[in-house]
Amino acid sequence: MSLRSPFGRVKGLGAAHEGVHHWWAQRLSALALIPLTVWFVVSLVSLSGADYATVRAWMGSPVVAGLLILLIVTVFYHAALGLQVVIEDYVHTEATKIAALLAVKAAAAVLALSGVLAVLDVLFGA
Amino acid sequence: MVEFALPKNSRVSDGKTWPAPAGARNVRRFRIYRWNPDDEANPRLDTYEVDLDACGPMVLDALIKIKNEIDPTLTFRRSCREGVCGSCAMNIDGTNSLACTKFIDEIKGDVKIYPLPHMPVVKDLVPDLNQAYAQYAVIEPWLKTTTPAPARERRQSPEDRARLDGLWECILCFCCTTSCPSYWWNGERYLGPAILLQAYRWLADSRDEAAGERLDALEDPFRLYRCHTILNCTRTCPKGLNPAKAIAEIKKLMIARRV
Repeated sequence: MSLRSPFGRVKGLGAAHEGVHHWWAQRLSALALIPLTVWFVVSLVSLSGADYATVRAWMGSPVVAGLLILLIVTVFYHAALGLQVVIEDYVHTEATKIAALLAVKAAAAVLALSGVLAVLDVLFGA
Repeated sequence: MVEFALPKNSRVSDGKTWPAPAGARNVRRFRIYRWNPDDEANPRLDTYEVDLDACGPMVLDALIKIKNEIDPTLTFRRSCREGVCGSCAMNIDGTNSLACTKFIDEIKGDVKIYPLPHMPVVKDLVPDLNQAYAQYAVIEPWLKTTTPAPARERRQSPEDRARLDGLWECILCFCCTTSCPSYWWNGERYLGPAILLQAYRWLADSRDEAAGERLDALEDPFRLYRCHTILNCTRTCPKGLNPAKAIAEIKKLMIARRV
């Protein structure tokens, strides 16, 4: 039991003076994902049935590789921002919350980096 | 983690039934949440059969009739009985509303009445709103100026005054705040829709000179940004206001001052 006043409890540690960047980055990455996803899906459909060499040659173009890297980075950035919100909403045990937040960020970083390196490997590989 | 089931001592059991008087022809059943802090019992759902032929048209009329004529121990808040005080906010037929402006015949079947969701209960239909009132104090809901007071009133153009429409009407009944899942899960840190609408009421006031400080105090991942535009607030507001839009306006101001 605490005899602290409701006002003291609600004021707590004060405002963190952040949150705008997270919110804005989530909107902007969502916006960027619209054209990137449309481009990616249309490209894949038009490549359906193509053989390995054709797809590899398509991915070997700098513009395509650049767009793919943008798509991969944006997808995992957006996913990490979104999952962070879900965890902050629902996980209330401090240790679990921090562990989950770190795990999400780490997973997003590893997956994004792997994707980017794979694209670069195709672009610069033999 | 979030608790999806009620703790054992909060599970609601079936309570007493108070039958309608003999000869009543237009009978409606009211199923009402009862909990008394003075006994050790779990909350229960009492059933009151009310003769609507001898009752006013509003849910509050039925509650007052029950308290006066059937069971004086039933506890609830009410005052103005015309939707301007916000005292009789409760969960009626699954939606937060004011008992005094809710018609009984809007509801099909039994009328189920619970206190506002996810607040501590003081007794029966009376929730403990101390946290919400403290959150109201946190946003400092008064006019703040640096310019010295003029000889007469601080003037405001009709256009600037019109920007307060849809905001000043809020009666702080907390129907919206207690309908918001984000407030249920993080109510100690998230200010909730009612308070954020009030915060915007001062941000939108052309006479106020403290917008920057007000935004500073709101800029927080929990105080403001727990709003995920779920829109329960706007759907439930018994005054037809739009707290979700007010919150969106605050978020726009946060962007406006940095881009």
